[in-house]
Amino acid sequence: MANTQGTTGLVGWIDERFPLTKMMREHLTEYYAPKNFNFWYFFGGLAILVLVNQILTGIWLTMNYKPAAADAFASVEYIMRDVDWGWLLRYMHSTGASAFFIVVYLHMFRALLYGSYKKPRELIWIFGVVIFLCLMAEAFMGYLLPWGQMSFWGAQVIINLFSAIPVIGPDLSVWIRGDYVVSDVTLNRFFSLHVIALPLVLLGLVVAHIIALHEVGSNNPDGVEIKKVKGKDGKPLDGIPFHPYYTVKDLLGAMVFLIFFALIIFFMPEMGGYFLEHPNFDPADPMKTPPHIAPVWYFTPFYAILRAVPSFAGTQVWGVLAMGGAIVMLFFLPWLDRSPVKSIRYRGLAFKLALTAFVISFLILGYLGALPTTPERTTLAQICSIIYFAFFFALPILPAIEKTKPVPERVTK
Amino acid sequence: MKKIIIALALLALPGLTLASGDGGYSLAKAPIDPHDKASLQRGAKLFVNYCMGCHSLDYQRYNRLGRDIGLTDEQVKDNLIFTGAKVGDTMKNAMPKADAKRWFGVTPPDLTVIARSRGVDYLYNYLQTFYLDPTRPFGVNNAVFPNAGMPHVLWELQGMQKPIYAMHKDAAGTEVKVLKGFELVQPGSMSPPEYKEATADLTNFLAYVGEPIKLERQRIGIWVLLFLALATVVFYLLKKEYWKDVH
Repeated sequence: MANTQGTTGLVGWIDERFPLTKMMREHLTEYYAPKNFNFWYFFGGLAILVLVNQILTGIWLTMNYKPAAADAFASVEYIMRDVDWGWLLRYMHSTGASAFFIVVYLHMFRALLYGSYKKPRELIWIFGVVIFLCLMAEAFMGYLLPWGQMSFWGAQVIINLFSAIPVIGPDLSVWIRGDYVVSDVTLNRFFSLHVIALPLVLLGLVVAHIIALHEVGSNNPDGVEIKKVKGKDGKPLDGIPFHPYYTVKDLLGAMVFLIFFALIIFFMPEMGGYFLEHPNFDPADPMKTPPHIAPVWYFTPFYAILRAVPSFAGTQVWGVLAMGGAIVMLFFLPWLDRSPVKSIRYRGLAFKLALTAFVISFLILGYLGALPTTPERTTLAQICSIIYFAFFFALPILPAIEKTKPVPERVTK
Repeated sequence: MKKIIIALALLALPGLTLASGDGGYSLAKAPIDPHDKASLQRGAKLFVNYCMGCHSLDYQRYNRLGRDIGLTDEQVKDNLIFTGAKVGDTMKNAMPKADAKRWFGVTPPDLTVIARSRGVDYLYNYLQTFYLDPTRPFGVNNAVFPNAGMPHVLWELQGMQKPIYAMHKDAAGTEVKVLKGFELVQPGSMSPPEYKEATADLTNFLAYVGEPIKLERQRIGIWVLLFLALATVVFYLLKKEYWKDVH
């Protein structure tokens, strides 16, 4: 019996019952991607690679990890020493966490460069920001599990932020911890959220992100819609099938990424104390506050914004609001940026300067967030926080003063 | 612009780690070599003789230690095990934690991963900078870890030293007392260079215990990188072949 895909044999049998060939064609062999993807277009695929790495190493780590305050630290050392290849699983997972943020930050930067969040890709961007939020929650909860000093005190500090919320704050923070301090109860529920709840949500969001992408098609470094110019066969003239062209190209990218990944795992797994923090090799001690509590590097830009805002009217909630606002702003990006031109290649100097200032201020905030505060550093963090927010508020005004270049009809080489 | 941003992002990552101890004392670099098995064996011997009365290595197994530093199980049993432990056990000590807290004010910490939390330079200098201080319960203080609760357990090897201070003007112009060095007032059984070497051996040992897999991990890492480099070449050629017809 024939089917709509014209397949026979086993595949034909399946295709009559499940859209296997149809999906393969829609998402791989007949999904047309612009042929001019550059370096920045590797990071979406790499994010999937890291996600798979985290899930697989996570499954095997879970087989030997013990989510109890009395056993957690020891079980991590047990994995490092007594479990065959446990050290490799652990380093792949801990390095993978940082790698995830590196590729996701670069992936988001790509969207800023080429206006990938603009119509008709607003939902792709919004799913992406929710993925980023979910990833932050996932990383935060995962960081408690080794039950070291930074795990414990980092969690204590971040959960205490919620108690700054007026009226419900104190009860809310107790509800999150399940206790008055971070304790065995907190560790247990964070473990549950880290290994089940959040990965489930994350996977669902990634699927939604990709379905939305494949519905409208990929943007590209020129910011032109390849679907506008089609050949006689109805295929975009500037498009090439994702498979095999981008599968082989992404495989090459994955190999180069894995070289850097392996360099860290095998030769500098602590990455100078940034990927695995030195104080986290001291077991959690609720009676001993470390002299300097810093979040892991991927949270430091937002932590710096939090600390930069002074408390007034008798509450510190303003810093918490600013930190939350720094992420909430991202959701509005597709509507704040009103320029009809997508790619930075054809945008004016004003946008280029604004984006440069935004990225530099974000990097400086990240640097400052890892250090103890001094009055000078706080001033610098305040300036950078203002630049961070000013970027978003400047976006609607930019088209009025910006001289854009004409956008070509077709993609350029 | 892209290049500058990438360069900045890379620069921001591997920042400098702690270069000084809690006391602001500048740390000399620990001259340790993880390949030097004789040094690791001397360090292990020092540890079980002088440290293990109070400090445990809860996650380090005796037989793994022996295997990694070149000792048979028999040699480990004869030279390193004084607690009646089995050779496959971890290196726990006999001191009850509650008593320890009563005697020292704090429970002496487990030292399995201490080299990873404090760094080897910290340990190397800590072991060398105990000095006489009559205001402290055990009569000694430490330059790297001021007001440490630990007595100078290696004093019979090093002897006892007293601090030498210098006056120094700080940025605000006020005179402050700065620790300049030490003077040996009671020699120990080792000469100062011998003692330095002993502390290096002990530091080397603790660095090994902190991550026993380290040398093996680096050895495997070379092969992994070679494989990935080869795979990169293969995939580069594959990509080039497929993309020949894309113009």
